[in-house]
Amino acid sequence: MSADAIPYTVKPHPVTGVPNPKFGIWLFLASEVMLFGALFSSYVLLRVTADSWPHGYDAGRLNWKLAALNTIVLITSSVTMVMAWASLMLHDLRKGRIYLLLTFLLAGVFLVVKYFEYGAKFEHHIYPATDPFFAVYFTLTGLHGLHVVGGMIAIGYLMGPGARLWRTDPEHYANRVECTGLYWHFVDLVWIFLFPMLYLI
Amino acid sequence: MSAAAAHAPHDHASPHGHAPSFWRHYVFSVDHKVIGVQYAITGLIFLFVGFCLMMVMRWQLAYPGQPVPLIGKLLASDWLGAAITDKQTGVLLPEGYNAFGAMHGTIMVFMAIVPLVVGGFGNFVVPLQIGAPDMAFPRLNMLSYWCYLPGGLLMSASFFLPGGAAQSGWTSYAPLAVISPGQTVWLFSMVLLITSSLLGSINFIVTIVQLRARGLTFMRLPFFVWAQFVTGFLLLLAFPPLEAAAVMQLMDRLAGTSFFMPEGLVISGKLAEWTGGGSPLLWQHLFWFLAHPEVYVLILPAMGIVAEVIANNTRKPLWGYRSMVYSAIFLGFMSFVVWAHHMFMTGMGTKLSAFFQTTTMIISIPSVIILTALVISLWGGSIRFNAPMLFATAFLPMFAIGGLTGLPLALTTSDIHLHDTYYVIGHFHYVVAPGTIFGIFAGIYYWYPKVTGRMMNETLGKIHFWPTFLCMNGIFLPMLFQGLVGLSRRTYDATVYEAGQLVQGMHVGISWAAWTLAVAQIPFIINFFISLRSGRKVAENPWEATTLEWAAPSPPPHGNFVTEPVVYRDPYDYSPPGRSIDFLPQNKPQEA
Amino acid sequence: MSVHSADEVKRHVRTYLMVFAALAILTVITVAISTVHLPSHRAIALALVVAVIKAALVALFFMHLASERRIIYATLALCAVFLAALLFGPILTEHEFIHWANTQPRGGAHVS
Repeated sequence: MSADAIPYTVKPHPVTGVPNPKFGIWLFLASEVMLFGALFSSYVLLRVTADSWPHGYDAGRLNWKLAALNTIVLITSSVTMVMAWASLMLHDLRKGRIYLLLTFLLAGVFLVVKYFEYGAKFEHHIYPATDPFFAVYFTLTGLHGLHVVGGMIAIGYLMGPGARLWRTDPEHYANRVECTGLYWHFVDLVWIFLFPMLYLI
Repeated sequence: MSAAAAHAPHDHASPHGHAPSFWRHYVFSVDHKVIGVQYAITGLIFLFVGFCLMMVMRWQLAYPGQPVPLIGKLLASDWLGAAITDKQTGVLLPEGYNAFGAMHGTIMVFMAIVPLVVGGFGNFVVPLQIGAPDMAFPRLNMLSYWCYLPGGLLMSASFFLPGGAAQSGWTSYAPLAVISPGQTVWLFSMVLLITSSLLGSINFIVTIVQLRARGLTFMRLPFFVWAQFVTGFLLLLAFPPLEAAAVMQLMDRLAGTSFFMPEGLVISGKLAEWTGGGSPLLWQHLFWFLAHPEVYVLILPAMGIVAEVIANNTRKPLWGYRSMVYSAIFLGFMSFVVWAHHMFMTGMGTKLSAFFQTTTMIISIPSVIILTALVISLWGGSIRFNAPMLFATAFLPMFAIGGLTGLPLALTTSDIHLHDTYYVIGHFHYVVAPGTIFGIFAGIYYWYPKVTGRMMNETLGKIHFWPTFLCMNGIFLPMLFQGLVGLSRRTYDATVYEAGQLVQGMHVGISWAAWTLAVAQIPFIINFFISLRSGRKVAENPWEATTLEWAAPSPPPHGNFVTEPVVYRDPYDYSPPGRSIDFLPQNKPQEA
Repeated sequence: MSVHSADEVKRHVRTYLMVFAALAILTVITVAISTVHLPSHRAIALALVVAVIKAALVALFFMHLASERRIIYATLALCAVFLAALLFGPILTEHEFIHWANTQPRGGAHVS
């Protein structure tokens, strides 16, 4: 349809050196930096202007062990994601889809761990309304979790019905995996900041 | 490079080789022109709705306590989520006044102006002006519109949902907004509207950078494209903090968090149920971080439209094109570091307020450069005062008044007296109403033949222009004086204040000017619809313009250009020196 | 996206695995530092430094930023400037209300 009529959808632009989707995803990530940046800015403001603010590792606060596990899970998923793209560069669709599946599963593990984390809080009657500390915790990790879900949808599509594109236009498909990978690494990046800033200080 | 998009008119490529269904063609189209028209029509409808809200408010302002004529009882009905007027008397209620006020602002800014200037004009014109077959991401473009429309409909539906529409101003300050009705729907709608703008901005930036035709370097871009380019960055980077803030305010309302709720808040004699520890000022920071760049989103595309129309109707190149481009870029950049000038009265201390005062004064410079360049562009021109040109020329002094009246607000000392008064309303309306809206009218008259293949009626255009111009000034000029006297904005009944009693007479004059303004739009509406059927039919270039959109058929087919254009010169090569011709289109090769 | 030869890709893979190892080690370091319970400022500063290093590794190698094009760098640089304004603007305006030693629990009324 329109895709072939629009130049540089797959091939890079001769001057900028990037195809349209890659430029587009980086612009999107820039906007996401501003989104999470705003939340971090709010966290900073609320914390430094508070009379007192607990440490994340205080008793009755957050489970840093589960979160450390989740950090490793997410980092691993970033590796499997980039390995998926590398496999496609080596023209191995099967391996690529397997790595995509691994990424998908690891993302699922992250969410399951989060489910238990939140569940434990609710069991102890700790909710976002309990105090600003928990408001920040639930909102930041919740929004991050939504982004994990979004990533899973994209990865799920690519390893499933989206893989059909490999047959007709492998470069286009590999680019899509790369762009999704960029988004996924960003999700990992946000967690890399969230983990210490919420749980460890 | 790109394949020549050789499509005959109405032949739409599809995988099955036949014309797409009505739904694909008109509703879920991925063609930037269809989407542009969708945005424009929807935007114009919301512009009308927002205007109607204000016309009701103007009755209460002019005649406080008098029943609203004709529709007074209607607005008290149970079919509304919350009564706007009193059931017995038909008088506008204070809550109704606030709801109409909040929604007037919200609808005008987010559902009318931006969708019109960016979604409408931007979408339709930019790919054509850069010689591209469509936007870089046609499906994303469609998705953007289909986030905007549901967002707009949800926002409109809020009047009919329990609690009624939002009542806390378009600025939704906490803690009032957190405890007031109608706000939840407002916040969800904003999330949809913001998403629409974000997706759209990505499209604009990538399109302008990547899809320019051969020979179209950045410094040969029409100023309109530059304006949309800078606007794209403003939308991309400024909107997310408001989205974050909207999420946090939703959490405060729905999950009982205290992001914006301070400790010890007492509401109607009772301690509020939030734990506290939040900061109402945090909301203001996040809101204005967007909302200041947002006002440049409102004005930049309109400046772009005005620049196009002026160049075309003076038959000479724009004066100071380069300065205008650098000014637009500088303006976009500076717009991110002035936001706290909306917060001078929040107690930030003199060092910080001095900083924001300085950046705000600095940001007036690029605005002045752009305005001056446009004014000087008129000098020595062979001016054609057609309908678009009337609006474009009128834009200049109107924007000048708008900009100049901003200066006393930028200076902290004078802002102490003027903050939150009618002076502010006068200031910003001068910029958006006889500013941006005049740019929109100019754009409609100018590009109507490109969209429809027919001209709008010139006489009706002039009949539209003159009363509109006079009424706009009749409405907003007195407001500056009302503000100087000290009348607060968002005041249901000015006569309870001494200052208000002094200027209540002005309220009457303003209201009648507003109602007359409404009547003055009738020729425009008639013209708009009649010309669709019986406007003078034209070919590609009825205005004898130089920019690329005028090289495509009117209206352009799917894919826009029969063969990919190549650009050979600057955008406004009118009356080239030493030649006897009137203009050289951008895609005309150099003659020997 | 430039075409990569098989050898190039294999070298990239080696890099990814080394970065993975580095990230895992840095995660352990972050956790280890936090168990020491340093005073707030130092804890935050150190945690941020490690986080930035980890983020840089992900960005430079997994996201291929080390070999990206200027236009991408320009976009991110612009974003960084505005992010700085967003991070520092609000707290600078509230600086009188900042209790710089606030995370020392004072056993007062506000610790919930």
